[in-house]
Amino acid sequence: MTGPSMPLAAVDPVAQGDHRLKEPPGPPPQQKGHRTQHDEADGGEDQKAGEGVGGRGHSVTRVMSDYNFAYLDEQTKRMIRRALLKALAVPGYQVPFASREMPMPYGWGTGGVQVTAACLVPEDRLKVIDQGADDTTNAVSIRRFFERTAGVATTGHTEAATLIQTRHRIPETPLTEGQILVYQVPIPEPLRFLEPRETETRKMHELEEYGLMYVKLYEDIARHGEIATAYAYPVKVAGRYVMDPSPIPKFDNPKLGGCAAIQLFGAGREARIYALPPWTEVVSLDFEDHPFVASKADHSCALCGAGNSYLDEVITDDRGSRMFVCSDTDFCAGRQAAGKAGSEGPKEGA
Amino acid sequence: MMGAADLNIPVRMKEQPLLSVRDLGKRYGQRIGCRGVSFDLYPGEVLGIVGESGSGKSTLLSCLAGQQRPDEGRILFDGTDVLALSEAARRRLLRGDWAYVHQNPRDGLRMGVSAGGNVGERLMAVGARNYGVIRETAIDWLGRVEIAAERIDDRPSAFSGGMQQRLQIARNLVTGPRLVFMDEPTGGLDVSVQARLLDLLRGLVRDLGLSAIIVTHDLAVVRLLADRLMVMKSGHVVETGLTDQVLDDPQHGYTQLLVSSVLQV
Repeated sequence: MTGPSMPLAAVDPVAQGDHRLKEPPGPPPQQKGHRTQHDEADGGEDQKAGEGVGGRGHSVTRVMSDYNFAYLDEQTKRMIRRALLKALAVPGYQVPFASREMPMPYGWGTGGVQVTAACLVPEDRLKVIDQGADDTTNAVSIRRFFERTAGVATTGHTEAATLIQTRHRIPETPLTEGQILVYQVPIPEPLRFLEPRETETRKMHELEEYGLMYVKLYEDIARHGEIATAYAYPVKVAGRYVMDPSPIPKFDNPKLGGCAAIQLFGAGREARIYALPPWTEVVSLDFEDHPFVASKADHSCALCGAGNSYLDEVITDDRGSRMFVCSDTDFCAGRQAAGKAGSEGPKEGA
Repeated sequence: MMGAADLNIPVRMKEQPLLSVRDLGKRYGQRIGCRGVSFDLYPGEVLGIVGESGSGKSTLLSCLAGQQRPDEGRILFDGTDVLALSEAARRRLLRGDWAYVHQNPRDGLRMGVSAGGNVGERLMAVGARNYGVIRETAIDWLGRVEIAAERIDDRPSAFSGGMQQRLQIARNLVTGPRLVFMDEPTGGLDVSVQARLLDLLRGLVRDLGLSAIIVTHDLAVVRLLADRLMVMKSGHVVETGLTDQVLDDPQHGYTQLLVSSVLQV
């Protein structure tokens, strides 16, 4: 993400006590050896909350003072919060909102970032997940964006976070009341690939005409012998709206329903917000004779030995060797720290 | 061509009409689409609407089928005022009791979805949630329109024009509609395929006891399929009557012209 790093020079005075970023536009300096770029956000996050130098706006990471708290102006936040309230009142309904340009390209989570910005308060502790991981580009960029524009504390630990922005995963660790999970959504309309007309899909939602959704599942079975849709698996919310759960693996679908946390979905390019209030009934669509199965790779994690978490397949050389590891890095690290180990041992191979 | 004696014309005037149209009119600005159209359609009856291009027959059909809103008149289906229905009820009618066969099968089919999915869509739209049952029904219907069962997973784009049209018919009839609207169902097909399709349609209409309204400019089609005929010109109905009566003894000048214009081979 290039956006937030550019105007840094202008806010140099703010960062006088900053021992980590002395040369503004250059690459972030390294602190520890074993990882690269994303270390900056990773290494700083947990100490930072403890330091709390001068309160919000003056913590360890350089905070930009040229912008309003959390980048968006208050009027925009108010507009987004109104959309969020409406979305929570009508679970699964896509509420249009005046999506803003964000300093990152569409597809990088502009919707999720706007929802996060509208929800953040200075006391929040933010976690950002990208494909389950806390240390991939997208997660690091967005976390750093809010460190700089909001000065909020960040964390990698699911339990410690009050607000989690996610792309493609729901954390393995069950969420609790008081937490907010914000999803980045590329295409909010579950019917879009079957019916390109927005006027028509809105009408179909209005009249609860969801036969077409089943045509997609039918095609899956006809072609592959089973429902092959593995991510963005459509769900019915509270017995009313069919909703795209964003491209999470269908393994995560059962976690959508009866969840203690508030789940908010933001689609920036498509300018739609939708939501699941806590403890909402969410049912994955299926046929009577082809029921929904929350599938995952048939292995256990090579690092932590977990048999019930969603796994990534990692190719380890050019001769076809591979290993399966938890896609949720925080969950995996937590298990390893607790002494659990898989076939590859706790510290190898990562 | 089949003789007139082959057609059983159902005379059921004592029954309630299935569709009752009174003084239907539609204008496009100053221009008249159709005007003052009234007729009754009884259960099991097939009504043909003929006329040249621009005579208002397609306008009339789209008004009847709920695709356009007429400016005046009333349409009663089975005693209920169609024009006063809520949109939800109207759309329920469209995927349940009514069916619409487009002239171009590409308008009526989902080209990206397999033949089985196309036939199954209406079933799923009215609540079928058992894959096995849906598939069985789809295979049955493909058989009825003479499409081999092994083509069920092929997309319509891999079908010939005649097969696409037959698939569209299967897709429409699978939920057992009571009233079928057909807009030039044989248009764009070559004559031998037309003949087969007409044969098939006639069988289906008779077996299922369907009521149908067929718009066409092809008099051979109505001769084979329609019990009654309505001739339109410039948005008005100029002549109505039993099909054979109208075709064999046309009264209105325009009908006489129309009948005499048919090429004899």
